[in-house]
This record gives sequence, structure tokens and C-alpha cells, in this order.
Amino acid sequence: MAKVLMKGNEAIGEAAIRAGCLNYFAYPITPQSEVAEYLSKRMPDVGGMFLQGESEVAVGYMLFGASACGARVFTTSSSPGISLMSEAISYIAGAQCPAVFVNIIRGGPGLGGILPSQGDYFQATKGGGHGDYRLLVMAPASVQEAVEMVMLAFPLAEKYRNPVMILGDGLIGQMMEPVEFPDHLRTEPTNKDAWATNGMDTRNSKKSNLVKSLYLDPKMLNDHNLHLKSKYDQMKREEIRYEAYNADGDYKILIVSYGTMSRVCRTAIDMMKEDGLEVGMIRPKTLFPFPEKAIYDAAVKESCQKVISIEMSMGQMVEDVDRCVKGRRPVEWYGKCGGDVPTPEEVIGVIRGLL
Amino acid sequence: MAKGKTFQKPEALSTNHTHYCPGCTHGVIHRLVAEVIDELGIRGKTVGIAPVGCAVLAYNYFTCDFQEAAHGRAPAMATGIKRVRPDLIAFTYQGDGDLASIGMSEIIHAANRGEKFTTIFVNNAVYGMTGGQMAPTTMPGQRTTTSPYGRDVTLTGMPIKMCELLAALQTTGYITRQTVIKPKYIVKAKKAIKQAFMYQMENRCFTFVEVVSTCPTNWGMTPLDAIKWTEETLLPYYPLGEYKTPEGGTTDAK
Repeated sequence: MAKVLMKGNEAIGEAAIRAGCLNYFAYPITPQSEVAEYLSKRMPDVGGMFLQGESEVAVGYMLFGASACGARVFTTSSSPGISLMSEAISYIAGAQCPAVFVNIIRGGPGLGGILPSQGDYFQATKGGGHGDYRLLVMAPASVQEAVEMVMLAFPLAEKYRNPVMILGDGLIGQMMEPVEFPDHLRTEPTNKDAWATNGMDTRNSKKSNLVKSLYLDPKMLNDHNLHLKSKYDQMKREEIRYEAYNADGDYKILIVSYGTMSRVCRTAIDMMKEDGLEVGMIRPKTLFPFPEKAIYDAAVKESCQKVISIEMSMGQMVEDVDRCVKGRRPVEWYGKCGGDVPTPEEVIGVIRGLL
Repeated sequence: MAKGKTFQKPEALSTNHTHYCPGCTHGVIHRLVAEVIDELGIRGKTVGIAPVGCAVLAYNYFTCDFQEAAHGRAPAMATGIKRVRPDLIAFTYQGDGDLASIGMSEIIHAANRGEKFTTIFVNNAVYGMTGGQMAPTTMPGQRTTTSPYGRDVTLTGMPIKMCELLAALQTTGYITRQTVIKPKYIVKAKKAIKQAFMYQMENRCFTFVEVVSTCPTNWGMTPLDAIKWTEETLLPYYPLGEYKTPEGGTTDAK
């Protein structure tokens, strides 16, 4: 298929349809409202369903109810909205239902601002809701990558019967880039008869299904959580995705950066290379599971003196980077989260300051 | 020799013993819903949604598919079900704390959108499961564990009348208030529940059956006194009857 020029938010909406998801619930919030605007026009064309819920709280549970009866569903929102959906996300993870959430992050805390930020790293990777659950979190660095991650999110959510989150920032949602929708990423929903409350007649069964997250017996709840943990451990074995950039040569500094911020770092790395300064980068594409070994291996390379996490937040991912490096190299942090993305020159200044 | 009808358990009810307290009306209401599901032959396409509250374990007592909601969110889950699978029959089963307090937003908007599911609203004027705290439907002066001096309406407002509130919406719907404290009421309540499910099957409108109920444990009364108090105190404030019926005539439940 030929490339088309699309705004990130619209491409995300189209990607879901192309992935085979025709059910979308949402509530308007800047900077991702274009997804709902786009899909409110587009869904009727493809025989799909769009409903604007009365709040993000309700939207989270509309996803839960729809997913629990076997449908492919997704929603999009931005930071304060994801806070409200976090209650449902915990229930959905606890009840082991697949669902896809897209967070086009804006600045926080509170109302914060409407410009790009990566301030929801903790919320996405450490659990915004209550209890021991994890989300599979993918962070796109371009509109094309957002499209591919959205399309990939549905089979992954079904494989693990767990919510998947696409963590973008306002820039990913708002900028226009040429994109294509790879046909091979279109998937058929898996058969959910074994657990979904899709009606006994539908699955031609005499046994009723139950979707729940309540386990009053301590042993049963512990066993349930051990089972959930085994799924998260499986994600750590099978789903880690990252990109190594300029990481073959003898770099003195290793940057860890993701999403929009990593694109700026890439430009800065190219500019520094021209000046004879080698800097490598590991760009996590999955924030959970986190590319722990890749970061460790890159950090302990003999030439590498320091590691720095550069993020549009006040030092969130750096805690994971520090954990991965295990004290073998000094781990620094640089970040900004007011809404203006650091420039390549700014990044270069920070890197030179480390030497 | 046995003659006539033999007492039988509805197919939609399981053989599990319920955890409900003596004198509680949940058991009666469960049975009515189960009888209606049997009579309409819809068990194979029905999905129930359990609330948070005393009926959270309702899925142990029904034999159809069930989902378990968070506190107050059952109407949003039922919305999700019906929007992606309009052919399924969905019902929420909610108490007064669940529906009229934390879930007020979800029920009002589901009703206003005219979602085609059925809500069984069990109103016993108190939070049961958490131990008898004040609910939005607690009566003026009623003592609860969080209104130990009696509900002071100057501080907490008057009890909310859900049927009247929902009936005020401009969207069509079937809104009715029933009780099950005596056999004559039980017969009417069953008819209303059946009517609600039939309207849903016909894809007519949002359907809401409030059932004024008892909670002897948290009211601190014997079951008989609880029935008396319901009749003398709750029913005058929460009048029984139909508050809204869909336009275009009714398909009467038998």
C-alpha cells in the first residue's frame, strides 16, 4: 500500500481498524481528541462501533464489559484521563481480559499542560491502578511506529489476556508523517470461548463463564497473583523490543531515551559523530518489559564511561536504567517536562558536560 | 399422591447455598430473576453483572454467564456488552450504595443513552456488605454506623429517589419500583422484572426495576420487624408503581 500523510492521532485510529478492531469507546481530551473525531466518522464506514462515554471512568468499564464478552476493543486518552481509567485497567488486568489503551501523554501533574511530556512513565510501567499487575507498554518514536505498535497491540493483548498500553506523547499524536499500514499486521481475533462471557449459546456450551477479579480465599488470591506474575515473566522473556543506535563502535557515553526524546538524541548523536565524539544509544521500544540486559551490556562496554537517561520527565526512567546498570557505571539523568522538547544542541551540551 | 405443581428450583439458579442473612430479600429477588430467565428461555444468551456489595457473589447463584464489576460501574460494563453484542441479554444487579452513590454517573448516562439492558436495583436504605453505613437512600433520622445519631438531612440531604430521578430524563425507558416483602408484592415484582427483560429482548429501551428491600442485620431488627419498618417507613417515601413506560404500547408480561 502507498504511503499517506497522516496526523499521528488519525493514523492511530486507522491502525486499529486495519488491525481488525472495530470497537472504540472514548472520552475527549487534548491532545488526542482527533482519534475520537476521526473514528466517529470512520467507524460507520467499516461497520464498526464508536461510543463517546460520559467519563474516562465509564469508558474504562465499557472496554472491560465489551472485552469480557469477547470483543476486540480499544480506547485512547491522555494523562488525566488515563488516571481515571486506571481503576478499570486494574480490574481488567485482574480479570485477565485483553484491551488496548493509547496514552498520548501531556504534561502533569494535575491539569499540567497540553504539550508533549513523558511524565506518565511510572504510571504506565509501575501500575497506575492498585494491586500487582503490569501492562505491556510500547513507546513509539514516529507515527509509522505508532501505527505498527497499535496493530501489534491487539494480538499481544490477546496472547497474554492482559491490557496493552501504547505510550506516546503529544508530539506523536499531533505531528503529520507519511505512513503505511502493513497488511501483514492485520490479525484475526483469537477464539475466546474458554473464558469469555459471550453467552453459552454463542459457544454452544452448557457451562457458564465468569469474568472476575475477586478471590476471597488467601491461597486462591496468591495463586492468582502467581499466575499473573508468570505472564509478566513470559513477557520479559518474549516481548522485549529495543533499538541500538550507534552502539557498535567505541562510544564514551551511552544514552537511554525513548519516544520523541530519542529522535532528538539521535540527531544529537549524528551531530556529535561529525565532531568526532562517539555516543551510543539504547532506545527501549517496550518500556515494560524493559530491555534490561541490552542496557547492561551496552553500559559495561569498555569504552563507555557514563550512562545517561534523557527523558521528558523529572527522572522516572532513570530509576530503571540505574537498576539495569547495577552500579557498573555512573548513571546520570537529564530531562525537561514543561512541554518544550529539548533541542539537539541542548542534548549535546549535556553530553559534553559529562566528559 | 402429589398433585399439581411440584416446587422446583429454576434452571437459572445454581444449587449453591447463598451467603445472605436471614430475612434478607436478595434470595427472593434472585429467584424472580432466575424464573424470568427460565420462562423467557434466554439463559444461553444472558450475561449478568454482579455489583460490589452484598450481591458481589451473585455469580455463585446464577447459572448464566457473569461479569463482576467494580463499585458502581456495572452500567458501563453492560453498555460495553450491549454495544458490541446487541444480541446478548445483559442485566446489572446493584444495591443502593453501588448504584445511587458511587455509580450515580454511570446509571444516569446509561439510562439517558437508552442502553438496552436491565437493571435490578435493590434498595434497602443502607450499605450492607461494608457493615451498615449510611447510603444515599437512608431515611431521615435513620441510624446507621456512619450516622449514629440518625441521618441529619441538613448535612447530608434527603434520600435520593432513583426511579423519580431517572424518569425525569427525556429518553424513553421502563422505570418501575417494586418490593418483595409480601407475596402480593412478589407477584407484581416478578411481572415487572419479566416486563423489563421483554422490553430488552424487543430492543425497546433502558429498563430499570427498583426493588425496595430489607436488611434486618444492619437495621438491627428481626426479619418481621424489618418487613413492618419497610411498609411503614420506606414505602410511603418510595411509592411503588410504574414511573415510565416506553411509547407505542406495551407488550404485557404475563
